[in-house]
Amino acid sequence: MSGLLRIDPLYLAVVPGILALVIALVGKRARLAAPLLALMGPLGTVAYGLASLQAIAAADDPFDPALGTSAAAAASPQRLWFVVGEDWFLRISTAVDSLAALMLLVVGVVAACVVVFSIGYLHGDPGWARYFAVISLFVGSMNLVVIAATLTTLFIGWELVGACSYLLIGFWFSKPSAAAAATKAFLTTRVGDVGLLAGIAILVTQAGTDVSSLVLDFVDTMPAGVVGAAAICLAIGAIGKSAQFPLHAWLPDAMEGPTPVSALIHAATMVAAGVYLTARLWPVFDAAPHAQMLLLTAGVISALGAALVAAIQRDIKKVLAYSTISQLGFMFAALGVGAWGAAFFHLMTHAAFKAMLFLGSGSVIHSVGTQDVHEMGGLRRVMPVTFGTWLIGALALAGIAPLSGFFSKDAVLESVWHASPVAGSALFVASAVTAFYAARVTRLVFFGTPNSDAHAHEASATMWVPLVVLALPAAVLGLVHGAVVEVLAVHAEPLSVPISAAALALAVIGGVAGWTASRGPVGDAATRRRLGTVGDTLAAAYHYDALVDRAVVRPAVAVCRGLWAAGDRLIVDGFTVLLALGASLAGRGLSRLHSGDAQAYAATIVAVAALALAAISWIGR
Amino acid sequence: MSAMEANAVTVAALWALILVPLLAAPIAWFAERGGGGRPRLVGLGAVLAQVAAVAVLLTGEVSAELAESGRRGAGAAAGLLAIDGLALPFVALTALTGLAALSASWSVTRRSGAHVALLLVVQAALACVFLADNIVLFYIAWESVLVPMYLLIGGWGSRNARAAAAKFLVFTFAGGAVLLVGVIAVLVGAGSSSIAVITAAGGVPGAGALLFWLLASGMLVKLPVVPVHTWLPDAHTEAPTAGSIVLAGVLLKMGGYGLIRIVLPFAPDALAGSGPVLVALGIVGVVWGAACAFVQTDLKRLVAYSSVAHMGFVAVAVGLATRVSLSAAVLTMVSHGLVAGLLFFLVGALYERAHTREISRFGGLGSIARIWSVAFVFASLASAGLPGLSGFPGEFATFIETYRAWGWWSLVLGAGIVLVAAYNLRGVRAIVQGPSGEISDVSDLGLRERVTAAVFAVCIVVLGVAPFLITVALEPFLNSIAYVTGGGR
Amino acid sequence: MSALAVGGALFAIGLYGVLVRRDLVAVLASIEVMIAAPLLLLVSLGAAADGSSRVEAVALLLIVLAAAGAAVGLALVVAIARTARTTRIDELRQVSG
Repeated sequence: MSGLLRIDPLYLAVVPGILALVIALVGKRARLAAPLLALMGPLGTVAYGLASLQAIAAADDPFDPALGTSAAAAASPQRLWFVVGEDWFLRISTAVDSLAALMLLVVGVVAACVVVFSIGYLHGDPGWARYFAVISLFVGSMNLVVIAATLTTLFIGWELVGACSYLLIGFWFSKPSAAAAATKAFLTTRVGDVGLLAGIAILVTQAGTDVSSLVLDFVDTMPAGVVGAAAICLAIGAIGKSAQFPLHAWLPDAMEGPTPVSALIHAATMVAAGVYLTARLWPVFDAAPHAQMLLLTAGVISALGAALVAAIQRDIKKVLAYSTISQLGFMFAALGVGAWGAAFFHLMTHAAFKAMLFLGSGSVIHSVGTQDVHEMGGLRRVMPVTFGTWLIGALALAGIAPLSGFFSKDAVLESVWHASPVAGSALFVASAVTAFYAARVTRLVFFGTPNSDAHAHEASATMWVPLVVLALPAAVLGLVHGAVVEVLAVHAEPLSVPISAAALALAVIGGVAGWTASRGPVGDAATRRRLGTVGDTLAAAYHYDALVDRAVVRPAVAVCRGLWAAGDRLIVDGFTVLLALGASLAGRGLSRLHSGDAQAYAATIVAVAALALAAISWIGR
Repeated sequence: MSAMEANAVTVAALWALILVPLLAAPIAWFAERGGGGRPRLVGLGAVLAQVAAVAVLLTGEVSAELAESGRRGAGAAAGLLAIDGLALPFVALTALTGLAALSASWSVTRRSGAHVALLLVVQAALACVFLADNIVLFYIAWESVLVPMYLLIGGWGSRNARAAAAKFLVFTFAGGAVLLVGVIAVLVGAGSSSIAVITAAGGVPGAGALLFWLLASGMLVKLPVVPVHTWLPDAHTEAPTAGSIVLAGVLLKMGGYGLIRIVLPFAPDALAGSGPVLVALGIVGVVWGAACAFVQTDLKRLVAYSSVAHMGFVAVAVGLATRVSLSAAVLTMVSHGLVAGLLFFLVGALYERAHTREISRFGGLGSIARIWSVAFVFASLASAGLPGLSGFPGEFATFIETYRAWGWWSLVLGAGIVLVAAYNLRGVRAIVQGPSGEISDVSDLGLRERVTAAVFAVCIVVLGVAPFLITVALEPFLNSIAYVTGGGR
Repeated sequence: MSALAVGGALFAIGLYGVLVRRDLVAVLASIEVMIAAPLLLLVSLGAAADGSSRVEAVALLLIVLAAAGAAVGLALVVAIARTARTTRIDELRQVSG
């Protein structure tokens, strides 16, 4: 398998990109060709990731102490991309180390499952070719983020995944809500991207190179203030991409996209890129306590705040979206206390169980034709496979042992608790709420009596096979925790019994509470009423959208409008018009002198000549 | 091919770039008598000849020699024309844009002979601006662009075209008049009219801020920077499609090219004081243009204001005047020529079909005119500076250099970047996405239009993937000039 | 010096007539007065300078030329009077700002 590694890893990004073009051109005619071509990228990614891991495990002393990860199993030559003179370059280069290899596996597996799932989910959609083309482009771009060995490469991939996300959220572009959601997602993440851009500008300027490993080597020699500023900028970029407070509002809206897209981009891969970026560039954050504080704060607020919102939503995709923000918050909290290994492990397990939950919700939505959990119910009998996999996912999400989520969440709680008990307790509450909403949705969707008309049915094989494939890691990934820690060469807090027991107990309590609070739609609605205004606030996600609209969007638009109407038209152009008016008035005034009276002209000539003579004789005196 | 033969080929190609369209112009004028379709064929032939000449310059031993020596003159004794890595991208852009302009005016039937003839004169004058190695010839070519462009806008534009054309003429002519004073000052001060000679001598002796701004003001009006930009939205909006394409595609680049070719090398000592002013003007321009573009209701006007924003980046990069930033400036200009050219081409095609540019009357074109929509989304993303496409490398490098020189002020540029994305996405959302609007019977792009758009798209991707194509070619030029401050690190 | 004074006075009178009189014939006559002033100066100063008759010859030539000019001018005035039915300058004005 190591022969595979002789291939330049850059092809992991380029080939899916080219395939995207091919799909766009031929996908209309040969319908099955589109998903098959789109599947090649993910499968290649998985193969490459496995080969890299094997090579790293086989190496004698694979670890690069400076980076905290393994030395690269495969790397591409440094291609000069932007060249000025002999000494200023921006380079395109990629490398696969242990961190990248694990992430490649995540991307590849989830993407492959999503492509297969989409065959059934999008059957007969007029945008078929477009869909698979953009998915393939996304896989290539995401791979580029993962294997980037220079900051330039990283930023290119980073922006491209954003663009793919934009195109896929707006996939059903005729819906105004989808168009609005796509625009919102792109612009919100763009704010974060400017942060990332500034961070890269600082690092490149300081280090004089954009090669990540060299930059990280240089961090020790940079002034602390500069590193701190760079880290804060990078953190803002990560926060935007990973939908953390205060740049989180785009993710719930992004659910306007097709559900498999939500599973791939808005649960497993792209939104996790913020976590990956931070882990990747950890030495920068290591030297920047303020940036760590920022990550921790954003993470804890997002984890708890979004979990509470998720607990009351009726739209199943909204529940999952807020759950994603909350789970990413756990990861950010772990990053904030320096436990990037724990954060990354949670990223992996979360990718598995959340992608599966999203695909499961897709299967349900496809079947019952609604996203409202109150209109579902009793589906466990008609959709046994979906139910079984969903149950594994929900239990993993809730953090019930021995499923994967238990181990990874425990690792996060462990490290955060030791660093900051306040943040740790907030996360404990959040994990109880997580179990609450996991139980609530499971009961409302799969238990009780069937609510909708009886046309619900189990999904086709292309849809349930991916669910089963994802269920496996969602269930057992926790067992490889030790191996992941080892291959990442990262220090991890040993799991302690008190913390694990407390987490498990809280999860069970939360789960039971969620179960009892949601006895059918009627019971759920009653619980909701009992909450009163608190419930309304949570259902409206703290009115955050309205707040942003009033505090940021509208003032910004007003400023733009004012700048145009007052600044551009009235003042600048007005000045021009005034100038023109003045010229024409002056012309009209002066033309009075042009009386047509030859004698007046002659008199003027005489007077001027006399004056000139006088002046000349005066000067020449 | 020996060096001498190669030089002869270069000389022939340089003259062909200017003379072929110039001589073809009267032929096109009279060809109308033989049928309304004839002039465009003449025009196509002339522009293809320009493309061929560029291809000769780009390929083979000629370009190898270019890379080696930096500058190969035509009529070396006369010192009239020359080509180097700075001029080459702009000349190529001119030829390509000419092709698009011709394609866009394929369906012009009213006095098509005069239309094509004027277009060809503009083409010749533009090529001459970029190739001139003599400051007087440069000035003559610079001003020669004005009149045919004025006639094109006034004669074939939409409703308020005459006023817009007059505004265009007055603004650029006023700038040109100041430039003339500057040119005379150069002639008197340097005692030479050869751009190469003056550049090699390290500038005009004793040139200070006065000469800098005399020369620069003509260029800045053309670029344009805020606050002398108001001719641009009017002229771009009212001009016929071909006019808009040439205006946005090449005409604005005359300003940036002039700054790099003439102003900086001629008055290098003024840079320390005047460079920051340029940067400040540019930063204002980015935010100003983007903010104005964001609130436009007329699609063409939106694209026009986007030019103000993008040229703001160029002003910033030129003002920083490092080797990196100048490379970025050239990249941004060439990229904007391609992207804005494509956008105006698409908007023109839409206008031809719908007879309106009011954004609110469109909607959901994604399911009505698919190819058009794909091209429009592509161009909008390119305009928003998406990596992998041509707009990104220049803006990325400009941002890094701005941070290096100006620190946190670069964040204002960052705000501009967000706004740039905002107005582009707004256009896409209102026109391509959403439910069908009032105008719902728009036919998709035809074969000729698809080919034109595809050519532009390929160029945009190539430049985005391989910006070194331009930056490497620029290197000899950057090495040849005295003023450049620092080379990054 | 008296010639200079008389010549200057003649010129001033003529100029006054040209600038102020509204009748074409009067203006023409004033011009003739103005011409007379330099002629007077020429003759008197020339005689004082070398005493030869060369200056008088030049003066005679100039008088003839002035007479020719006056003849053409008068002819024009007659033509104008026929077509415009007036010889007043302010009524003949055709251009004005």
